[in-house]
Amino acid sequence: MILTTNSPVLIPLLFLVFGLLIPLIAWKRNSLAWPTLMLVSTAAAAISIYNVFKVLSTGPVHYHLGNWVPPIGIEYVLDHLSVFVMVVINVVAFLVLIHAREIVGKEMPGKQAPYFATVSLMMAGFNGIVVTGDLFNLYVFLEISSLSLYGLIAIGERKSPVAAFRYLIMGTVAASFYLLGVGFLYMTTGSLNMADVKAILPSIIGQPTVLIALALMVLGMGIKMALFPLHGWLPDAYTYAPSTSSAIIAPTGTKVASYVMLRVMFFVFGVSYVAKTLPLAAMITWMAAIAIIYGSIMAIAQSEMKRMLAYSSVAQVGYIALGIGLANPFGLIGAVLHVLNHAVMKAGLFLVSGNLRFKLGHSNIFKLDNTVRKKMPWTMAAFTVGALSMVGLPPMAGFFSKWYLIRGAYSSPSWTGWVFIGVIFLSSLLNAVYFFRIIEKVYMKPLTASKNGANGHDHNDHHAAGHVVEAEVPRDEVSGSMLIPTLVLAVGLIVLGILNAFIVNGIIKYIIPAGM
Amino acid sequence: MTTLEFILGHYAYWLTLVLMMIGLYGMMMKRNLVKKLIGMTIFQVSIIIFYVAGAVKWGATEPILDNVDIEKVHHGMTQAISTAKYINPLPHTLMLTAIVVGVATTGVAFALVIMIYKRYKTLDEAVLLERMKKDNDSDN
Repeated sequence: MILTTNSPVLIPLLFLVFGLLIPLIAWKRNSLAWPTLMLVSTAAAAISIYNVFKVLSTGPVHYHLGNWVPPIGIEYVLDHLSVFVMVVINVVAFLVLIHAREIVGKEMPGKQAPYFATVSLMMAGFNGIVVTGDLFNLYVFLEISSLSLYGLIAIGERKSPVAAFRYLIMGTVAASFYLLGVGFLYMTTGSLNMADVKAILPSIIGQPTVLIALALMVLGMGIKMALFPLHGWLPDAYTYAPSTSSAIIAPTGTKVASYVMLRVMFFVFGVSYVAKTLPLAAMITWMAAIAIIYGSIMAIAQSEMKRMLAYSSVAQVGYIALGIGLANPFGLIGAVLHVLNHAVMKAGLFLVSGNLRFKLGHSNIFKLDNTVRKKMPWTMAAFTVGALSMVGLPPMAGFFSKWYLIRGAYSSPSWTGWVFIGVIFLSSLLNAVYFFRIIEKVYMKPLTASKNGANGHDHNDHHAAGHVVEAEVPRDEVSGSMLIPTLVLAVGLIVLGILNAFIVNGIIKYIIPAGM
Repeated sequence: MTTLEFILGHYAYWLTLVLMMIGLYGMMMKRNLVKKLIGMTIFQVSIIIFYVAGAVKWGATEPILDNVDIEKVHHGMTQAISTAKYINPLPHTLMLTAIVVGVATTGVAFALVIMIYKRYKTLDEAVLLERMKKDNDSDN
């Protein structure tokens, strides 16, 4: 079968081709853009799920583009790690895109065709990064996705072009560092194929060029995944981007960069080099620990929900980096599981902020009040589930990745493990502060006639409190096409939490590289 | 190899490094957005030069087998072909892609600069920040 044998290359190709076709299809009728992209996205989600089962049943799949044999030609590899990340980004993007139709129509009317075409290109880039087994090919896909990202951010609010410009400068530096690293690696090994480089490296591992290559590539990916001192571009970009852009970039963009970091560190340079020979992994854990605390504290200080979620992303990326840096099996399981959990959590929460903007016209935390729980009960329920998962309450998915990270930190040999356990606990408390702040505003106050008694009317409310009429606020929930994806993601958090052992034993276990 | 030989022997790389630092300086320190972009382009070009400099092979020619080697191939003596005669073309092809990527990035960047200028009527970062702050105040 053409489709089954070519399934590794199909997803990036579909997105790439339709990224170019959508502007033509929707040339005359803008409304055609969304259905076309939905079709592609559905296909991509289905193929990625098919790929998971293919890899689970037959093991890693190596696909040679144009039948050129690897060290010469470009190779696409489906292994447990790449299909896992692939299915995460495609399914989450699918759900966010269902949500996108109405809100994109409202936030940027008449621009659907270019917008969805750019989304398609971005997904092509991300899928390409995940599936490729070639270091330079990865750079090309990285730039495809980045260029689309700049566009998707710049189309947002008034300040968004400035945010996008800053991201462009940072992103280009990141990609250039990565490219430079690849250059050093190519000059010493003479190969661009990841598996081939991995086979050649042990014989030349002591050379300074190899060290510089590793440092440059990790630095580049650190910028792309917004690891603590390099996170500068992220908050503005996520805040000023359109709701759909934030909801689709936050769960996919930083995750794909984390994937590259993981891939380069453990599957190209090898565990023993990055973790034992060099203090690199240890350095990353410290950066991650600072990121976790810093992101959480900054999130508390924000008044805009999207900005709060953006800083929370900085913290959550820290969790993933912490798991990578611990460089032991439990840490890696935690990191990879957190890629999944954080993608689902952040997509859900950004969709909630999109719903709030759609109906209330803002997502400012201080302007939220208790009427929202009557107006948008389902949206706020989804928010609560997402918040509980971010904090890490046991039945939710967020708990289990933290649990594995704690186990990873515990099994690390030195005293630093205890510091990281402390960091995870502290950040959970901080998470609770910034999420319960909103939950408290929305749920904890009784519904009084707050419309005519804005502030300072506590004493007047005494008599009013007795006969509060709960049905005062009419329900003003978003429509089904926006609500269902939000709820699916929220329910997904509970389901993923319950199924976590199944996911870990079924697929993540096989990701752990030899020698870890 | 003495230190002097090391420095002189790698002069292309030192110049590339200087170019790269100029680019980084432009991106970080210049206040004008267009100058930042110029810095970015210099930075990208320095990497392209790095790859090309790495592929230099003195006394070698384009990677097409010459008559002597074609004879050897005909006689099945592929092992006897000296690779020292031919330049590795791969870094150049890679850099063709990187140049295309660089052009695309510059294009997107200039589109953003135009958008910023239309909205804020300035390209100076300090003035821009001031006007963005004014936006904030009018929002609240």
